[in-house]
Amino acid sequence: MTNSREFILSMNNISKTFPGVNALENVDFSLKEGEVHALIGENGAGKSTLIKVLTGVEHPDTGSIELDGKLVQVRSPQHSQEIGISTVYQEINLCTNISIAENIMLGYEPRRWGGIDWKKMNAFAVQALKRLNIDIDVTQPLGNCSVAIQQMVAIARSLEITTAKILILDEPTSSLDVLEANRLFDLMQKLKGEGIGIIFITHFLDQVYQVSDRITVLRNGKLVGTYSTASLPRIELIAKMLGRSITDLDEVSKAKFTGEQKESKKRLLEAKGLGRAGSLEPFDIELYANEVVGIAGLLGSGRTEMANLLFGIDVPDTGTLMLNDKKVNRFSPLESLENGIALCPEDRKAEGVVGDLTIRENIILALQARYGWFKFLNTQKQYEIAEKYIRLLGISTPSPDQLVKNLSGGNQQKVILARWLATDPKVLILDEPTRGIDVGAKAEIQKLVLDLSEEGKSCVFISSELEEVLRISHRIIVLRDHKKAAEYPGDVNDQTIIQTMAGNL
Amino acid sequence: MKNNAPLLKRIRENRLFWPLVALALILIFDAIFAPGFFKIGILDGHLFGNLIDVLNNSAPLMLVAIGMTLVIATGGVDLSVGAVIAISAAMGAVLINPALGNKLITNDILTKDATNTPLWLIVLVDLAAGTLCGLWNGLLVSRGKIQPMVATLILMVAGRGIAQLITNGQIMTIYYTPYFYFGNGFILGLPVSIYIVAVVFLFAWVLVRKTSIGLFIESVGVNAKATYYSGISEKNIKLFVYTFCGFCAAIAGLILSSYVHSADGNNNGLNYELDAILAVVIGGTLMTGGRFSLFASVIGALIIWTFTITMYTFGVPANALLAGRAVLVLVVILLYSDYARRFLNRIVDRKGSQHGTTN
Repeated sequence: MTNSREFILSMNNISKTFPGVNALENVDFSLKEGEVHALIGENGAGKSTLIKVLTGVEHPDTGSIELDGKLVQVRSPQHSQEIGISTVYQEINLCTNISIAENIMLGYEPRRWGGIDWKKMNAFAVQALKRLNIDIDVTQPLGNCSVAIQQMVAIARSLEITTAKILILDEPTSSLDVLEANRLFDLMQKLKGEGIGIIFITHFLDQVYQVSDRITVLRNGKLVGTYSTASLPRIELIAKMLGRSITDLDEVSKAKFTGEQKESKKRLLEAKGLGRAGSLEPFDIELYANEVVGIAGLLGSGRTEMANLLFGIDVPDTGTLMLNDKKVNRFSPLESLENGIALCPEDRKAEGVVGDLTIRENIILALQARYGWFKFLNTQKQYEIAEKYIRLLGISTPSPDQLVKNLSGGNQQKVILARWLATDPKVLILDEPTRGIDVGAKAEIQKLVLDLSEEGKSCVFISSELEEVLRISHRIIVLRDHKKAAEYPGDVNDQTIIQTMAGNL
Repeated sequence: MKNNAPLLKRIRENRLFWPLVALALILIFDAIFAPGFFKIGILDGHLFGNLIDVLNNSAPLMLVAIGMTLVIATGGVDLSVGAVIAISAAMGAVLINPALGNKLITNDILTKDATNTPLWLIVLVDLAAGTLCGLWNGLLVSRGKIQPMVATLILMVAGRGIAQLITNGQIMTIYYTPYFYFGNGFILGLPVSIYIVAVVFLFAWVLVRKTSIGLFIESVGVNAKATYYSGISEKNIKLFVYTFCGFCAAIAGLILSSYVHSADGNNNGLNYELDAILAVVIGGTLMTGGRFSLFASVIGALIIWTFTITMYTFGVPANALLAGRAVLVLVVILLYSDYARRFLNRIVDRKGSQHGTTN
């Protein structure tokens, strides 16, 4: 496939399936000598799976990897290092309590008389760092250095102990400030000059445009395309990340409100200047009965933080929250439950389902929490409730006694939804309810949200897929950089939202 | 045979299956090699024999195992139960004669069959002391966010010191006969201790299975974060299980000190935390938390003591006893490993129901 010698790496037709999800579907990826290639996509797009396949952590179901034109099978992370693929992870895995030199040479220390040849080791380390234009005392403990330096030490180590041809930087700048990041970019330019191919994974689009030569965009495990950075305007990149192509879900058309509906609406929740330092800057929001409010924003813009503030997972340090015109004074999930607020959390597995319990137990959990320790629903009542919601939401399972961990992602999401619907909430916050579930289940959940709003509930719909936010929301709030950037009516043009997300509006 | 297979599988997947098999194996071994093991006689109007010994001896461990089951089901562990037993025992001994430890009191007062505190008050203070210890553990774990093993380690070490402080550093012998009733008395031919276990077990069972506490405990053990997100106060659940565990250990301390007629800060309830954990593990509750069975844990405690008494019956010297137990632990742990389970299931599935308990 790659006749040209300039490609040092090409991954062809890579597929990888995990139980219930297609993590990667026929993805192609190639890397040229001396280029910085940005790998872009929202969470769950398949970036990390692709990297895991490349570094031997996961083995692909189908597809091939060619290195310098030769077919290879990457067996393990260690094997990937041996064949010249080095990775620097987001969390720096070095030891802060030993010296910089030791960190660089750990496991490869030069020996002399059965001991470590410290002189030689330090000299090696100095040389390795000099290559990166860093002049620093290598005998000091690594913990004394800034995170940026630590990052570079990690890079020096990965370049020095193997003769790396490919360097993978996984979110290297997430803990760096602007100056530190620039220093890293200088370094990347230098390595580029030496002919090393760099795969750069980041959520910061500015940086993508600052350093990368080409961009590969993934979405939902599929390849959207590979583009030259210079020829891809930022707006188009965002559009490609979010995926605006209209699919077969059009029957879920929003029963968009008309004028008369608007007047009869009842205000359920009002937040004024609600905020929390380090989480979300103070924002105002009003939620009415019979409507769906969509929350749009790029990853890290503060979507989940907003949900957590409204639901009381995080305690706000400024502003007020009013429910039915009554001020909320205490913030906790239990308090919210009693106030009629529900949250289907973003991380379904960690925060949502209780995997080793049955569907029935999962469904009654929140209702039982409201009833307390001693008002126990008897088994018969539990089955009634569980069966009601299994029918209502179309959860496909042979029995309510099935363990939740054995269900597919979409059905798990419905179980969590059922858990909250059983408590009859007034405000329902859904954080990424359709992430990682198949197209059919997605449409079902979207429809469900619309139905619920018609029944008089107020739904907050958070999603990284702009398309579905646009489809079902009556109002849309756009977040950017942990701030509420704007609020639009539901029939807003998608370009306006994308411009707002990108900071052009 | 086709009809039998699913039933057999269902039985095999019941969480009581393996503990009962283990117990049966030990008893079959006894039946073959020590026929006298099952002999039960009547002495002074009550039953006696090895089986009665097993019941009476395992009572304190059963109690501690009941409390420990709930703690482990939340994903925690309580290492301090042995020390709480010692505190409870010391409390009891001191209250019977509060002047004890004061050297001016003469020997004949010390050894009098009398008490300075009414028995009901002794029991009450004992239980309160243990519950307080449990509450302390619970606060450290739930409010202090300290890892359970570390949090309870504090009381495990300090508790024995506290017990010695209470008894003024002495081993106290108890002479008050009504107190002996808990560990040595009999009702309708059976040891009193076993009735106490039955009452506590029933109480605990109703508490966890007839209220939502059991569901919440299992939910916390499986996924504490999701449980919290569902509006359940996982902190209070944790606080409750440690407190209840302390309460159970206090009753065990009462029975143990009554059984041995003394309170010894260093040795009362020694290694009980480890035996209790073992009993819970034998009962099939995972150390990572989640599903639990109180009854299976009680069977686990019974297995440990049946094994121990069997070893005594065969004249195994006390110093070799621990080595014997080590073998028991090893077998249990291997039996519970996924690999062994799969292996056993394969054998049983292949050979069908013709295969009995002989292997």
